[in-house]
Amino acid sequence: MNQFEHRQSAHCESGVIASLLTHSGLAMSEPMAFGLAAALTFAYVPFVKISGMPLIAYRMPPRRIIKGVQKRVGLKMHYQTFSDPAKGMAELDQQLQAGRIVGLQTSVYWLPYFPDTMRFHFNAHNLLVYGREGDDYLISDPVFEKPVRCNAQALQKARFAKGALAAKGMMYYPTYVPESFDLVQASTSAIRANYRGMVRAPLPVIGVRGIRYLGRKIVKLSNDPSLREEYLPLYLSHIVRMQEEIGTGGAGFRFIYASFLRETGKALNNDLLAEASEMMAEAGDQWRMFALVSSKMGKGRKPLNGDELANILNRCADQEAKTWQLLKRYCS
Amino acid sequence: MREAEVPQDSENSCYGGERKLIYAMDDLGDFVGVKSTGWTVEAEATHRALELIHRQCEDSWSRAQRGETSALEYYMCYRRMDLALLSQTTGLFKWRIRRHFKPPIYARLKDTLLARYAQALEFEIDTLKQLPEQPLHESV
Repeated sequence: MNQFEHRQSAHCESGVIASLLTHSGLAMSEPMAFGLAAALTFAYVPFVKISGMPLIAYRMPPRRIIKGVQKRVGLKMHYQTFSDPAKGMAELDQQLQAGRIVGLQTSVYWLPYFPDTMRFHFNAHNLLVYGREGDDYLISDPVFEKPVRCNAQALQKARFAKGALAAKGMMYYPTYVPESFDLVQASTSAIRANYRGMVRAPLPVIGVRGIRYLGRKIVKLSNDPSLREEYLPLYLSHIVRMQEEIGTGGAGFRFIYASFLRETGKALNNDLLAEASEMMAEAGDQWRMFALVSSKMGKGRKPLNGDELANILNRCADQEAKTWQLLKRYCS
Repeated sequence: MREAEVPQDSENSCYGGERKLIYAMDDLGDFVGVKSTGWTVEAEATHRALELIHRQCEDSWSRAQRGETSALEYYMCYRRMDLALLSQTTGLFKWRIRRHFKPPIYARLKDTLLARYAQALEFEIDTLKQLPEQPLHESV
């Protein structure tokens, strides 16, 4: 078995890459990986449906976190997919035997160690395999407190599940990890990229404008008598799930990002970043408020009021816009 | 959010006894990972999604018992899939699967076709042929 220290994370992909780097000698926190990947976003994507509801994303699409870190830190990664599941499992065994820690993309549903309440068909979950004992693979699943185990048959099923974002057995590991990197340059480039995505996005459903768009959408639904009673509460709980349930570290990744700003500010002795961190955390608090009020309205403990929800979302948007204006001064 | 404000709503959680990492601010303004046992707001949203799945299981179960749909639809719901996902997983067209929801047609399906469902749904072919004696999904 390979020596490996499991570390719990909020999110699977940032957790996996931060752990892989730390294991390879380049210590990195999860928020640092998330921030350097410029992974924060907001996107309202009506044509991608998740159980019949529009996709609402608070972070960049799968694999972007690993690729973003790769680019800004200057590491080299090996990626591999398989058309034959048996070959995919054999290759995993071979790399484990060679002493590697291997990252896998899997479905959540077919992993037996997930609690029943969390088993949904989502194909872009990331985890690390660090060994094998008999038929069991030893797994460091970043969102769990402790290392877990999974038998070969179930792991194969999870790796080769079909559907949206199908992993096709995707496995990856670093082939070169630098001893250090230039944090000034990496953070400037990452924050600039993130600023562009949040403030300068060409579509009205992306970035800060997208947050306001969602507010208008809720008002529209609340004014439609046929959708107000049944559909709107479902719609609101869907937003809350996207924002909180999917390993976001709270408030749709806003707290993770604030943590990245704080950590970078401290390392570089930069007061601007420290201030931006506090501002982003306040935006996060507004998002939590939105979740709380939506939940009350959805449960009928508070009268349904679309305008009130839109107002909270506009406050989130205002706060984030202000934060990015400040951050613009850091990266320009 | 401050460290002390991280919800610990263990009695109303959807984490199945696990704890989840949330980032919050400590007294110095630094962020720390705090393990949370649950948040009622989030749990309610998850439960709403689980309720929906449960309703689909109950509905397809009783329709299959009345002979209005085939056991296939029940097994699909039990695996938390919808028609679109089952279609992607098996490589069969949706209309074809819908046709297999008709009990007389489903009863005549060849094992080669059933094998594709068996693989997608992770059940034996013989199991798929009829409803189980008791519902597989938990009654809430």
